[in-house]
Amino acid sequence: MPLKLERQENVPLAGLVAAPFVALAFTLIVGAAMFLAMGHDPIEAFRIYFIEPLGDAYTLQELVVKTCPLLLIGVGLAFCYRANRWNIGAEGQYVAGALLGSWLALATHGTGAGPWVLPAMLVLGALGGAAYGLIPALLRVRFGASEILTSLMLVYVAELFLDYLVRGPWRDPAGFNFPQSVTFDAVATMPLLLDEGRLHGGIVIALIVVVAATFVLGRTLVGFSIELGGSAPRAAAFAGFDEKRVTYGVFAVSGALAGLAGIIEVAGPIGNMQPSISPGYGFTAIIAAMLGRLHPVGILVSSFVLALTYIGGEAAQISLRMPFDVTRVFQGTLLIAILAADVLVRYRIRRVEGVRHA
Amino acid sequence: MLDTVMIGAVLASVVAAATTLLIASLGELVAERAGTLNLGVEGMMIIGAAVGYATAYSSGSLLLGTLAAVLAGVALSLVFAVLTVWLAANQVASGLATTILGLGLAGLIGAPFVGTRIDAAPELRIPGLTDLPIIGKAVFGQDAFVYASIALLVLVTWGLARTRTGLVIRAVGESHVAAHALGHPVRRIRTLAVMFGGACAGLAGAQLSLAYTPFWASDMTAGRGWIALALVVFSAWKPLWLLAGAYLFGAVSILQLHVQGFGLGIPSQLLSSLPYLATVAALVLISALKRGQGAPASLGVPFVPDR
Repeated sequence: MPLKLERQENVPLAGLVAAPFVALAFTLIVGAAMFLAMGHDPIEAFRIYFIEPLGDAYTLQELVVKTCPLLLIGVGLAFCYRANRWNIGAEGQYVAGALLGSWLALATHGTGAGPWVLPAMLVLGALGGAAYGLIPALLRVRFGASEILTSLMLVYVAELFLDYLVRGPWRDPAGFNFPQSVTFDAVATMPLLLDEGRLHGGIVIALIVVVAATFVLGRTLVGFSIELGGSAPRAAAFAGFDEKRVTYGVFAVSGALAGLAGIIEVAGPIGNMQPSISPGYGFTAIIAAMLGRLHPVGILVSSFVLALTYIGGEAAQISLRMPFDVTRVFQGTLLIAILAADVLVRYRIRRVEGVRHA
Repeated sequence: MLDTVMIGAVLASVVAAATTLLIASLGELVAERAGTLNLGVEGMMIIGAAVGYATAYSSGSLLLGTLAAVLAGVALSLVFAVLTVWLAANQVASGLATTILGLGLAGLIGAPFVGTRIDAAPELRIPGLTDLPIIGKAVFGQDAFVYASIALLVLVTWGLARTRTGLVIRAVGESHVAAHALGHPVRRIRTLAVMFGGACAGLAGAQLSLAYTPFWASDMTAGRGWIALALVVFSAWKPLWLLAGAYLFGAVSILQLHVQGFGLGIPSQLLSSLPYLATVAALVLISALKRGQGAPASLGVPFVPDR
């Protein structure tokens, strides 16, 4: 093999910034091939998928609505991934947060409770997500169990528990046997930002989280200990940073933000509890975190791009009758492309003479 | 008499459920023994299920469907291999990407076949033995996938422990630097091990959509690929233990279904979550007992030759 990879000491910033765009371009090429293979005109399909949603006020609002959960969860995951802890169960923590927060909404339903309900729900949502996220952290620290597999298994458990509640104890008795809870009261609902559409206050919370996370990760000792624990665990141990505390900390933060995203979603666009409350936000946010270079501002941009694949996917489902799985293919390809582009930034490809096997 | 028939049927379905897990986890075990942690099992399994079903439905041939499923699993595993082995990308993220892509592609491929059915892979009967009470059907009345899984188990157990190829695979997984210094083509061996894992995951998918539940439904793997990954940890990277693990989990997933059928007043969702909870419990137990013993030393570490 006459080519080899050579690690670059100083990774150029331009390369780090350019990589996501190269990945995006690659994804579009693969997408064009996919549309052709499915018998659609790729230019027309791209217009419906990626351009049209940007064109009118309603879908633009929907884009921001979908950006919100991806952004919150993605920023939380950045804490984990910077520390080299692989929380892939954000979807479960999202559900756990939604469950604990909704419990309050349902408990106060019809009691005429004051405007304290929504803030309390948000706090409970974050706590629920954090508690659920701490389970894999605890199992890793205490028993050495792989957090990758435990966090993922707990997604299924949370989803089944949600299913049980909305079909059982939480089902709306006046709901014609539909598996869903009562609609939340006004005091338990996210305030809308505009008179028309579904744009809600969640995005404001998400933007505050971006600013706070940028500061914590980039300017504080906590952020440094997370980063160091991930890239040089031995050095971090010598420096006196507690590895266990980092594990608990990053799982608590990412769980809390996923839980917050969950309760905001049910108290906002959804409005009650249903068997399915997420089109896979917890998994897509992993891509958002990676594509955004584990930086909160980068994740803001990447969440918007990924939200576009959701909206575009819905539009293509309606006007081109394409299955929604097209969106998953786009998202998977995007993650693959960004991982590959990363290598081309971090390594230099060199020709080597006279080396047989590599 | 009814009871022995019933028990025989339950045992037979435990075998079918265990076979999916056994085939997929054997492939992943080989990939991990070579040092690559491929979290894409779920994706490779479901694309095997989709491609296998689509091919079998269109051609009418289960054999052709199975072959296509294996090839689809291998093709998707190559995406993972290129990323992790040749581009030294992070294995966890690459595995997730493989799974997401696999789920999406499988949904696209399977979409035209939703709601159709085919005849399940036939049971291979041995006159006399198959008609034995209780165990007859479970042991001697299974389809070809079950016997293939046992053959695969023997092959992997013997191959890893007793052949030169197995020794090289283990060497690459334990210390890729040493293996490289000895002149073994580390990246080629890892690529082949990942491809073997992809072939097995594809075969497991075919077993799922052609024999176990002979239809296509999106997300029909329902986390089985992830459970297969957990089984590899549970086995402490020893193939024979996979047999025990797969049948244990097969039993849990089938028995909870039957308990649901009895309607004992236990919420069905709680019972459905048992296999996942059992996986977490098994991971915790084995990790607490072994503390990472048995894991290949270079597992998950990318290899970049510097000379």
